[in-house]
Amino acid sequence: MSYEAHFKVWRGDADGGSLVDYTVTVNEGEVVLDIIHRLQATEAADLAVRWNCKAGKCGSCSAEINGRPRLMCMTRMSLLDPAEPVVVTPMRAFPVVRDLVTDVSFNYAKAREVPSFVPPQGVGPGEYRMQQEDVGRSQEFRKCIECFLCQNTCHVVRDHEENKPVFAGPRFLMRVAELDMHPLDGAAEAGIDRKRGAQEEHGLGYCNITKCCTEVCPEHIKITDNALIPLKERAVDRKYDPLVWLGSKIKRRV
Amino acid sequence: MSRTAREAWDVVVVGAGGAGLRAAVEARERGMRCAVICKSLFGKAHTVMAEGGIAASMGNVNEGDNWQVHFRDTMRGGKFLNHWRMAELHAREAPERVWELETWGAVFDRTRDGKISQRNFGGHEYPRLAHVGDRTGLELIRTLQQKIVSLQQEDHRETGDYESRLKVFQEYTVTRLLKDGERIAGVFGYARESGRFFAIEAPSVVLATGGIGKSFKVTSNSWEYTGDGHALALLAGASLINMEFVQFHPTGMVWPPSVKGILVTESVRGDGGVLRNSDGRRFMFDYVPDVFKEKYAESEAEGDRWYQDPDNNRRPPELLPRDEVARAINSEVKAGRGSPHGGVFLDVSTRLPAEDIKRKLPSMHHQFKELADVDITAEPMEVGPTCHYVMGGVDVDPDTAAAVGVPGLFAAGEVAGGMHGSNRLGGNSLSDLLVFGRRAGLYAAEHAASFPGAGRPVVSEADLEAAEAEALRPFGAEGGDPAVSEGPAENPYALHQELQQAMNDLVGIIRKGPEMEEALRRLTELRGRSRRAGVEGHRQFNPGWHLALDLRNMLLVSECVARAALERTESRGGHTRDDHPAMDRRWRRLNLVCRLNGDSTEPGADPLLGRVRLERREMPPIRDDLLALFDKEELVKYLTDEELTS
Repeated sequence: MSYEAHFKVWRGDADGGSLVDYTVTVNEGEVVLDIIHRLQATEAADLAVRWNCKAGKCGSCSAEINGRPRLMCMTRMSLLDPAEPVVVTPMRAFPVVRDLVTDVSFNYAKAREVPSFVPPQGVGPGEYRMQQEDVGRSQEFRKCIECFLCQNTCHVVRDHEENKPVFAGPRFLMRVAELDMHPLDGAAEAGIDRKRGAQEEHGLGYCNITKCCTEVCPEHIKITDNALIPLKERAVDRKYDPLVWLGSKIKRRV
Repeated sequence: MSRTAREAWDVVVVGAGGAGLRAAVEARERGMRCAVICKSLFGKAHTVMAEGGIAASMGNVNEGDNWQVHFRDTMRGGKFLNHWRMAELHAREAPERVWELETWGAVFDRTRDGKISQRNFGGHEYPRLAHVGDRTGLELIRTLQQKIVSLQQEDHRETGDYESRLKVFQEYTVTRLLKDGERIAGVFGYARESGRFFAIEAPSVVLATGGIGKSFKVTSNSWEYTGDGHALALLAGASLINMEFVQFHPTGMVWPPSVKGILVTESVRGDGGVLRNSDGRRFMFDYVPDVFKEKYAESEAEGDRWYQDPDNNRRPPELLPRDEVARAINSEVKAGRGSPHGGVFLDVSTRLPAEDIKRKLPSMHHQFKELADVDITAEPMEVGPTCHYVMGGVDVDPDTAAAVGVPGLFAAGEVAGGMHGSNRLGGNSLSDLLVFGRRAGLYAAEHAASFPGAGRPVVSEADLEAAEAEALRPFGAEGGDPAVSEGPAENPYALHQELQQAMNDLVGIIRKGPEMEEALRRLTELRGRSRRAGVEGHRQFNPGWHLALDLRNMLLVSECVARAALERTESRGGHTRDDHPAMDRRWRRLNLVCRLNGDSTEPGADPLLGRVRLERREMPPIRDDLLALFDKEELVKYLTDEELTS
C-alpha cells in the first residue's frame, strides 16, 4: 500500500525562498502532516512547521496544499493524486517566519480590538439561565479552532495588505456576531453597540459575501450565512449597506 | 558575559493551558504583574483536546449530587491514594469555578430549565460533567483566553498598553528555572521564532506545563507534552510523587496507523455506547472488580435501564473508571477476541439515532469520517488503550499549590501530583485545572507581594551562562563531549522514537519487573546518546533543536516513571504489575517520591542507578469527617486494620 510521493515544500524565510523537491514514502491512511514529519525525521531536521494535536482540534498546522488553504493533519494523502507532485506552501496572507511557519500576530491584534463579553448586571455566577435553542448559534461560532484559514483566504486581505488595519477578517467579525447573539451579553447596557462596531471599527462593509471563508473552514462553520450576513442585516438600520440586500436575495434562493 | 535579555515581572506562569491561564487571571486580579510563557501559539494548549466535560457537583440534572459525593467518587477512582485534602478542595470548589466561566462568556449546553447541562461519565455517581458537545476543552481554553484579553483591554484603557500587567509570551520555551540560594528567582529559555534566549526575573513561578505523554509511542497527547515542568521542578530541587501512575485511556483510535492513539471521548460510553469483542459480547460485564461489585449492573438489561432510570438501576460496567476498562480491553485483545486492527468495538450506532449521535458527538463523527472513513452513526468504531494522562507530578502543598522544598515555586494541573491518586476520573482534569490553577495563582501572587521591591531574589550571571551553554550544546554535538559520552552526533528524532518504543513496550499498560529493569538500561543508554543529539541549521524556528532540548525532559521523567513502577510491587489504578496483580492495602499508605541526586558522578556509583533517587513516604491520615463519608465495609477494602482502628 506504500508508494513514493513527490513533494515540493516551500523552504525559506522573510528574505525569500523556493520550493524544494523531496521524494518520500507514503503509507496507508497517512495525512500530509505525517509526510512533513517523515521529512523532518529523515532528511530535513530543521524544516519549520507548526503543529500540536494532529487531530484537527487545535488549528495549528494551517498551510496551503496545492494552493488550497487546509489543515495538514486533516488532509488525507488518499485525496491527492499519487502521480502529481504535492505542493506545500505557507499561508499566503501572513508574513513568512520560516518554511511553513508564518507570523499570525495580525489575528491576535484583531482579537484584542473586539470588546469582550459583558456580564449582565444583577445576574450572579450560577444564576445564568439560557435555553439551548437560544445558545445554539453562538455555540456554532465557538466551534472555531482559530486555524486562521478563513483570515488567510479572505480576498479583502489576501492580496491587499492595505486593508488589514481596517478589517478584522471573518474570524473576528464572527466573534462580534457570536457576542451579539449571546442571550445574556450586557454590552448594550454598558453603552457598547456591537453592530455599529462591526461596521465602523471592524470593517464589516468590506465583506462582499463571496463565502471563501466558509469553504475553507475545517469545522464547517457557516461563517457567511450564519454570522456575517445576519450581522449585516442587524447593522442595516445603523448604516445602509447594499450587500445586505444582495445577501438576503442569495439566502432566499439557496 | 551573558547576552540574554532580561525582564522583571512579579509572577511567571509557565504553560498556557487551563491551569496556567486560570493562574494568570488570578495573579493579575490580585494586582500582580504576570507573564505567561506559552510553548505554542496562545489558545493551542493541550487543554483544547479535552472532550467530555468538567466535573462539578452542581446538581443541575440530579439533585442528589453534592461535593461529598464527588469527593467519594474521586477517592474511589484513585483507589484511595489521592491526597484527601486536594480531593476535598477540588470537590468543594469545582462548581464555583464552572459558574465563574459563564460570567466570562463560556456557553455550555443547557438543561430544559436553562441551567448548565451535565452528563454521565465513568466513575461518577451522578450526571456531573458540564460540557459543550464533545469539545469542552476548546470552550474552556477559549473562555480563559478571552478572559485574558478582556483583562488586557482593561489595562489598555488605564495604561495605554495591553501588556502592562499581563503578557503572553507566545512560542517561548523554558529550559531552566533559576534560583537565588534556595528561592526561585526566575526562568530561562528561548523564543522559537528568533531562537534568542530570554530570562524573566520573578519571585514566584507557577508550573502549569501539563503531562508527559510524548514519551510513549501510542498517546493522545500533543507534541508539547514532553514533561517539561516535571523535569524543571526536579532540576530545581523539587520532588515528584506518584510517577508510576500513568493513565491509559481505554479508547483511542487504532486505525489507520498514523492516527493510532488519538482520543475517542468517554462521552461515547456516557451517552450510551457499548464495548463489544469479536464475538459480539459486551465483555465489560466480565471485568467488574470486587471493590465495585455493588455499584454496577449485573445484566445488560439493567445497565440499559439505568440511562432512563438511574435511581432504580445500576450503571453499566462500560462506565467503570478508566484503568479498569483499559485493562479489560487489553485482556480481550490478548485473548484473541479483538477487532481486525487490534482493538475492540465501540458501538454507538445501534444505541442512538443518527441525529442524536451527530448532535452529542459531533467531533467524534467528524474525526472518524475524515481520518478513518468510518461513519459512527452506521458502524462501530475500533478502539484500544492510549497513553493519556500522568497522575504523578510535583509534590505540592494541597492548599497553596506550593512545591515542597523550593520557596517561590508553585505547580497546578497535570504537572502537579496527588490530587488524582492512582487513577484520574474523566472530567476531573478540567475541574482540577480551574480549582488548583486559581489557588496557584492566588498563592503565587501572595508570595510575590511579600517582596515589595528590594530584597527580591536575583538571577546570577553564572546561572545564565550555564543555561545558555546547555541550550546551545546540540549545535556543537559532533563528536560530543568525550568526558560524557564519545561517539558521533545522534539524530534527535531517532532518539525520540527509540524512547517512545521502549516506554510503550516495557513500562506500558501491563508491567513486569524484568521488563522495567530492561527499560532502565535502555534509558541509561539513551541518556548517554542524547548528550550528543545534534542539529543542523540555525536557531530560528528549528524543530530539530527544540526536540533535542525536550529529550532531556522526556528522559528524566521516563526514568522516574520506570523507577517508581519497578519499586511499587502491587497493582493499583494506572499501575498494573503482571508479577504483582493484587492491590495491597499496605502500599496504599505509601507515596514514592523522586528527587535528583545532587552528584551523579560519585565514585563507585552504579550507572544504572542514574540520577533519580527514590524514597518511600507515608501519606497523611485521612481526616475523620471525610472517612465518615464511607461505609466501613468499603474502607476495609482499602485501608489497613491498623488505620481503621486508630
